[in-house]
Amino acid sequence: MAILQTIITVIYYILIAYVAAILIWNLSKTRKWEQEVLYIIVLIPFLLRLFRLK
Amino acid sequence: MRAGSGNRGGRALLVRKLVLGGLGLLLLVTSGASFYRHRHLQEAVVLSPGVAEVKKLSEYFDGIRGTINDCNLYFFEGEEPGATVLVMGGTHPEEPAARLAAWLFAENAVMEHGRLIVVLSSNRSGTTVTRLGGAYPANFTIPTDWGQQTFRMGDRWSNPLDQWPDPEVYIHYPSGQYLAYVDIRNLNRTWPGRPDGTLTERTTYAFMELIRQEDVDIFIDLHEAELQYPVISTIVAHDRGEELATFVSMMLSDEEFNIGMEYSPQNLHGLSHREVGDYSDAISLLFEAPEPFLDATRGKTTREQLLTGVDEFVMKAGEHGLLFERIDEGGWPIDVRVGRHTSTVLQTMESWTILNPDRPLSCRGVPRYAEVIERGLGHWLHDPSKAAPGRVVTE
Repeated sequence: MAILQTIITVIYYILIAYVAAILIWNLSKTRKWEQEVLYIIVLIPFLLRLFRLK
Repeated sequence: MRAGSGNRGGRALLVRKLVLGGLGLLLLVTSGASFYRHRHLQEAVVLSPGVAEVKKLSEYFDGIRGTINDCNLYFFEGEEPGATVLVMGGTHPEEPAARLAAWLFAENAVMEHGRLIVVLSSNRSGTTVTRLGGAYPANFTIPTDWGQQTFRMGDRWSNPLDQWPDPEVYIHYPSGQYLAYVDIRNLNRTWPGRPDGTLTERTTYAFMELIRQEDVDIFIDLHEAELQYPVISTIVAHDRGEELATFVSMMLSDEEFNIGMEYSPQNLHGLSHREVGDYSDAISLLFEAPEPFLDATRGKTTREQLLTGVDEFVMKAGEHGLLFERIDEGGWPIDVRVGRHTSTVLQTMESWTILNPDRPLSCRGVPRYAEVIERGLGHWLHDPSKAAPGRVVTE
């Protein structure tokens, strides 16, 4: 169980980093301000988890 | 001309992205700093003159070494021999009176007969996070004679940063009973633990090793409960602790405050009052004090509510007969809740000694119910800056 948890956790953090990178890429490409705000709001919890803050 | 307006548009777009990105970064940094401060807030403990030694939980089970749950254990050696009692606070760190009552023992107790072991942060991981999405305060402050002392507010469960993911269904070991998925991070659902389990299971296993290796006679797990929960203002006792718990309940209800006694259900697994008694020679008891902050029908989730226990919405629930404990405009102040626990622990020692005169337990220096209410629990929290060298540790 503990080993399985560790493996899943590692995969989870890789996924978080991947999604965060995509969000930042989309943020840089979009031309609509509403989407920029949305990307930033969605990005924050991903970064908080990636940096192990929450 | 078109190229010029295109450049201006591109520059405006870039400026807007930078401004919005800066605001997002500001939000990230301020919230991140708040979460970081919460997780790393140092709580000082000024050791009572009665503390003979401070050990780490990992000294009893190496599998917990280096983890956030490798907590401090405070050992008190009596002036005369007697029994051994373990008092545990912080099983559920969202129940602050349990930790604070244990704190008063750590900073004030002197054992006259027998041995005392105190734990302040039995699930230390749970003290580093509050309920996700619950907007709980990250900390709270107790006024003292020398200023004030700030403590971490915690959660019922281990921090997901330390143990994750949760299963679809939590299957308790060794009973095989199905429990709520999230309770795999609940220290009071993972007893007696296992050496190769999750962080929370390894923590309870380490405590079981402590109880077995130190020949603990009485294990006391301190808690608080919402007023809409039927197990409140009571002592939950393992089969072997029924006589002692009944005696304590009668004495306290006659002399200090009403407290009940309930039997630990034999088929409800993972809880300390059941498993500690089943998997060790210790008598296992669990004490519950009222905490309106935990009630689902509470109003504002604030530090003030946490410390005063005053809540008009919980009172309204009481008017409709939905509570298992009374509440009025006075609420349930933290001093009352802490005093209930200190008196119940002290009364347990006295009642044990009457029942087992050849193996006594007695303790001085710790205030009882009326004293805590009269002077405030902060009176018994000591100034770390004035402590003797080597007599301050952090939680």
